[in-house]
Parts: sequence; C-alpha cells; structure tokens
Amino acid sequence: MKTSSRPRRRGLRRAIAVAFAALGMVAGGVSAATAADLPSTEATDQFIFQGIIRDGADPLEGVEVTVSGNGVEETAATDDTGAWSIGVAEPGTYTVSLDPATLPDGITLRSAEFESREFTTASTSQIGVLFPLDSAGGGGGGGTGGDSGTGGNTGTGGEGGEPAAPGGGTGEPGSAAAGTTTNDFWSTVLARTISGLGFGLLMALGAIGITLIYGTTGVSNFAHGELLTFGGVVFYATTTLINWPVWVAVIVTLVASAAFGWMHDWGIFKPLRRRNVGLVQVLIVTIGLSIALRYLFQFLIGGGILGLSVPRGDVITLGPVIMTTADIVSMSVAIVVLVAVGLFLTRTRIGKATRAVSDNSSLAASSGIDVDKVIRIVWVLGALLTGGSGILYTYFIGANIKWDVGFTVLLLLFASVTLGGLGSAFGALVGAVIVGLVTELSTLFIAADLRYAVALLVLILVLLFRPQGILGRKERVG
Amino acid sequence: MDFLTILNNSAAEILSPSTAAFALATIGLNVHFGYSGLLNFGQAAFMAVGAYAFAIFTMQVDPTATLGWPMWLSFVVAVLVAIVAAVAFALVLGIPTLRLRGDYLAIVTIAAAEIIRFTVRTSDYSAVTGGSQGLRGQDYKGDITGLNPLTGTTYGFGPWTGTAYDTWIRILAWTLVVVALILVWLLMRSPWGRVIKGIREDEDAVRSLGKNVYSYKMQALVLGGVLGGLAGIMYVLPRAVQPDNFATAMTFYIWTALLLGGAATVFGPLLGSILFWVLLAFTGGMLSGLQQIGAFGDMSGTQAGQLRFVLVGVALMLLVIFRPQGILGNKKELSFHV
Repeated sequence: MKTSSRPRRRGLRRAIAVAFAALGMVAGGVSAATAADLPSTEATDQFIFQGIIRDGADPLEGVEVTVSGNGVEETAATDDTGAWSIGVAEPGTYTVSLDPATLPDGITLRSAEFESREFTTASTSQIGVLFPLDSAGGGGGGGTGGDSGTGGNTGTGGEGGEPAAPGGGTGEPGSAAAGTTTNDFWSTVLARTISGLGFGLLMALGAIGITLIYGTTGVSNFAHGELLTFGGVVFYATTTLINWPVWVAVIVTLVASAAFGWMHDWGIFKPLRRRNVGLVQVLIVTIGLSIALRYLFQFLIGGGILGLSVPRGDVITLGPVIMTTADIVSMSVAIVVLVAVGLFLTRTRIGKATRAVSDNSSLAASSGIDVDKVIRIVWVLGALLTGGSGILYTYFIGANIKWDVGFTVLLLLFASVTLGGLGSAFGALVGAVIVGLVTELSTLFIAADLRYAVALLVLILVLLFRPQGILGRKERVG
Repeated sequence: MDFLTILNNSAAEILSPSTAAFALATIGLNVHFGYSGLLNFGQAAFMAVGAYAFAIFTMQVDPTATLGWPMWLSFVVAVLVAIVAAVAFALVLGIPTLRLRGDYLAIVTIAAAEIIRFTVRTSDYSAVTGGSQGLRGQDYKGDITGLNPLTGTTYGFGPWTGTAYDTWIRILAWTLVVVALILVWLLMRSPWGRVIKGIREDEDAVRSLGKNVYSYKMQALVLGGVLGGLAGIMYVLPRAVQPDNFATAMTFYIWTALLLGGAATVFGPLLGSILFWVLLAFTGGMLSGLQQIGAFGDMSGTQAGQLRFVLVGVALMLLVIFRPQGILGNKKELSFHV
C-alpha cells in the first residue's frame, strides 16, 4: 500500500475527464435525438397508472377503475389486495375515473371531484392515482399520505397519497426521473441517460461515504444504506409531519445526519477499534446494525410507502425530454457537492490527511496525523453526504420514502464503489455514474424490475476481469 | 396475555420443519464460513436455487404424469435437479471470486443472491417462476404427498402436534439434518477436513505444502451450497415458494444462528437455529402480549412485531463483539481474519 500523490492526481483528472465526457454525451445527445426520428420499435405499455384502493387498512376488491384518452379506454378491477393497474403505450393526457357503483355499501369517495380526474404522463413511468375514500363510520382516508394535495399531477404520489408498489416486496425499483414527450427510441435513450446520470450523481454522494470509510478504516459498512434512509426519514418528518419550510428541513436533516455519523463512530466503531476487533467481525457488526436500524425505521414510519408533502416542482420540457425542476435541482446540487468534496480532498489539510490515512494509516500516524480524528471526520462527512443523498433520492423515486430504501440501493452503492476501485473517492464517483447509467439504460432492453440485477451483474463481471476497479491501483487482491 | 400459549408456540418451533430447513442451511454456511473461512453472504440464494429448481422441475416436467414414473423416482430426480442447480450456482459464484480477497466474496455473493431474487420475481418469467407471487404449494407437492406413509389425522403431542403431511415433512427434514451433521462430522475429521481448516487458518501455508487451495475452497463452497439447496426444498415443502422469503434478511438470520450456536462446531448450527427461532417466537409472543395489555401505550401490534427484529440486530452485534465463538465454539478455532 505505498503510493505518492501522483497516481491520485491522475485519478482525479481522469475522473473529471470521464465526468465531462458523460456530460458531453448528454449534450451531444440532445441534438442527435432531435434529428433522429426512428420509428418506435415496440408498442409496449410505457406508462402504468396504478393504485391501491383501501378503506383504512382494509383493501377493497372488485372496484372498477377506467383509464380513457388518446383512443384508449381500458377498465380494470382491483384484486384482493385492493391493487389495480392499467398500462398505456402513448404519452399524453388520460382521464382516470372510478365507478362509485362498484364501491362497497357505506363507502364513498371523499369528494365527487375525485371520481374522474385528468393525468398527464410526464416524468415517471408509473403514475400513482389515489382515490380518497370516506367510510360511513367516518374512518380513515384512502391512503396513508393524507390529503394535503401537493399540486403537481406529474409525480408518483403527487396527490399526497400513496403510490402503489406492485408486489410490495423489498427491492422495488424506483421510477425513472425523466420521461419523454414522444415515444421514439432515441428520445427514450436520452431520457433514460439523463435520469441515469441523475441517479448516478446522487448515488455518488452515498458511495463516496462508503469508500472514504472503507479507505480509512477498512470497514465495508453494510449499514450505510441506513444512513441514506435516515436522511430521507428526517426530511419526511420535518417537511411532512411537522410542516417546516423546505430549507429549514434540509438544514435540520443534514445536521441530524452528521450527528448520526458522529454517533456511529463515537458509540460503535471507535470502541471497536480500541478493542482491536477484527475486520470481518466489524463487517458482521455493521450487518447487525443495519438490521436493527432498518426495523427501527419500520417501527417509526411503518411498512408502507409514504408520500412527501413537498412538490416536485414544475414540469420542464427540454427537446423531447420531460423532467421536473426537482430533477434538475437535485442533479445540480449533487454536482456542486461532489466538486466541493473533490476540492476538500485535494486542497485542504484535513482532506490531504484523509487521503494519507486512506493510503497507509500507520505511516500517516507516524507523520503526526491524528488518525482517530480523521476517521471521526470521515464518518461525519460520509453520513452528511449520504443523508443529503437520502433527501435527493426521495425525490428521484417520486417524492416518497419507505423504511428500506437505503438497503435497496446499498448493493448498488457497493457496486459503484467496487467498479471505481475500493477506497478511491473519485473512482466511486465514476463508478456511481456508470452504475446509474447502466441501471436506467438497461430498461430499454429488459424488464424494469430487473434493472438492479443488471447493475449487480456488471459488478461481478468487473471483479472477474479487473478486481481493482476502473480507477483502482493495481495491487494484489488475491 | 396468555403466557402458556406463548410458551407453547415457542416450543413448537423446536421441532418445526422450517427450523430443520433453517438448520440445514446453517450447517451449509458452517462448512463455508466456520470450517473454510469463506464469507458467503448469499446462502439464501442457494436455498432459492434449490427450492425453485425443485418446484419448477416438478411443475414443468412432471414425470409422474407425463412419463408415468413412480412418485418416489420423480421426487428423487427433482431433488437431484435441485442439487445440480445448487452445484452449478456454486461454480458460477466460486470461479470468479475464490481467488480474490475474502470481502470481495462477501460482496459478490450478496449481489448474486439479489440477482437470483430479482430474476425469479420479475414479471417477464412469471409463466415459469410465478413472478412476485411465487409458486403455489399444491402445484409441486403432489409426489411427496402421495409418498406419505402416514394415514392418521394427527400425530405428536403437546406443542408438537401436526397433521399427517406436517409430520411426514418433519421426519424427512430432520432425518436430512441428522445425515448432514454426521457427514460434516466425518468430513471434518478426515484429511480433507484438516486441509480445509488449514486453509482457513493460513492459506499460504497450505499452498506451500502443495495443496490446490482454490480447488479445496471450491469443493467446500459446493458442499455448503448443496446443503443450502436441500434446505431450500425442505423450506418450501410445508409452504409455498415466495421469492421474498429468500431475501438477504434470510441470509443474515442464518448468520445470526450460526454465530449464536458457534461457528466451526458440529452442533453449533443446530443449536443456533433452534435457539434463534424459539427466541424469535418467544420475544414476538411476549411483545405482542405486552402490547395487548397496554404496556407500550398506543403502539400498534405490527410495531411491536418490528421490535423483535431490532433485537435480532442488536443481538447479532453484541454476539459478534463479545462472544464471537458463540455458545459451543472454541475461541482458538475462529476464522475472523481475512
């Protein structure tokens, strides 16, 4: 593990070059996509309207929902879990209506205006439609999110309600951030590229945390996903439950995340270092921590998907691509933060000390660097970045939060980190962007619920052919 | 709060066929981690491969109906198909990773496990795998039900009462556990076992003695994987095949059970599995009982149920820090170094 600062610099430059190349590809793609006008190769259901109709906690079976518009009229009835879904191939405006006659006796829609509403397909391929109900007993509404209508009819959960998760299992893929106005192949590619880039950038925030912690302490932190969920949960609590302004909520979330990271090191990992506990044991400790935290979150916010009462912003049409201002803001924020982290690591004393500890901690300690302090800073910084990516991720998947979102992306974070080279912060950035792009672009060819599998397959292939990762230094890993 | 019911339910876990299946998977993981030092975090995937191979073969080929085979032959062939699938999965996992450092194997196995789960639950192949709904039990239990020699209605006593089918599966599963325990015990005192343990202690030393470390690790991975595959079959025989049963949570519970009982011991996995499920049932019963009498204020029943998994996580952490050798283990014989 010996190195000078040269290979690192080169790594940075290469990372920046790759990042710019990726951006250039997008910019080039805009003109290319407007020029190319290939006929659509497939006419599958590109957009899916869906929801779960429930009276309080009881699912209602056999309620009929109709989607009409653009020459399509299709009716579906809810199954025994109260779920329904109707797919349409063309983007556009559709009327989604519920037949009140099929509702059980004593249950009505909360307001007649919910009986039939118009939805425009835009940024997400899955559009959740909520029908708030009133039972005769005056009981609960139709969804868990309450009826604090958040404006925008674009996003999943845009009605402040509960976007349905088909199957409801763990590892439900989030929906893409960018949609298209037309259905031709190249604009879909462009839209997926943009959302892949966005996804990659926000994953990079979390992945850098993992890789810094791995680099300085050697710990593969399996509880890192819970840091992401923590950010999302605090943001949900501050915005939706107690209605603080968004900027206050963001600050509170970031401070809480940083404190959470500090507590991780203070409460668990520093004592473990003192005890000289082996790395594999620490790895299993992080697994235990992950289980405990995950179920603690489920204990706190329940097992369902909760909508955030924060609007996703206006819909923006950029050539053939549709996205929301929230998508653009989160991508910009991610880029700014990543540049700041890059500058921190290369320009400041503490950043340099961090990289020194990462390269060789005993050598760093003997040259007067306080290794414990550096590790503490890394934990705080890592948790801060990951908590921030938690906020952005809730937007990426459609302004909602679930108790295990972090665990769902954890393996993708590991894939990013391994792809870029374990322990290299700039590698993590490149790896995350590649994983994000692979994940989103793979949906062009295979089913959307397999896209995470593709990213994990890439991880295994990289380990097979280049175990040190793309930017990792050659060292014996066997 | 009915304390007796809670005790009864907890005691029932001791002999339940699911506990047997779980113990079998833990014995497999013990071969991987305890004896060979392989960090396999995808044991649930071996179970999934075994369960799906068994169920899909029985449903799609159905030799009893289409080829007129006797039921025992169809069942044995289906089990063999599951074993072959588990071996193939072990080879696919092992070839790229066994030459790499231990924590790479950990990440690859957990990733491969998720790939398997995403693949079986995708809607694309739902004609074969049933998608996220999984497969119905009655579609693949025909042969094993037909083979049942028990004709009465209920067997057993006290908390261990079961229907004829339950008892039949219980006998099969526990027999398999006993066979696996004897196999592991015999193997680990053989020359093969000594090489395996030597690899765990110091790979380079064994390599310098002229042993093919890679090949030995692969054999251990295959052996533990086959036990995991058989565990998968035994796990789905009393129920239906549900893809989300084979999520990473299952792997982590298997790890908890192994570390609880004691890795690198013959009976550790068995003791750990039984204790894990009994304690889980007991704390679950106690928590919901306490919740019903209002000890937790206005906490809901589901919320109380989550608390026991928080306890599982905390228990795993404390166990690994303060007693990594578990209940039966020997601290000298531990493979916590990579």
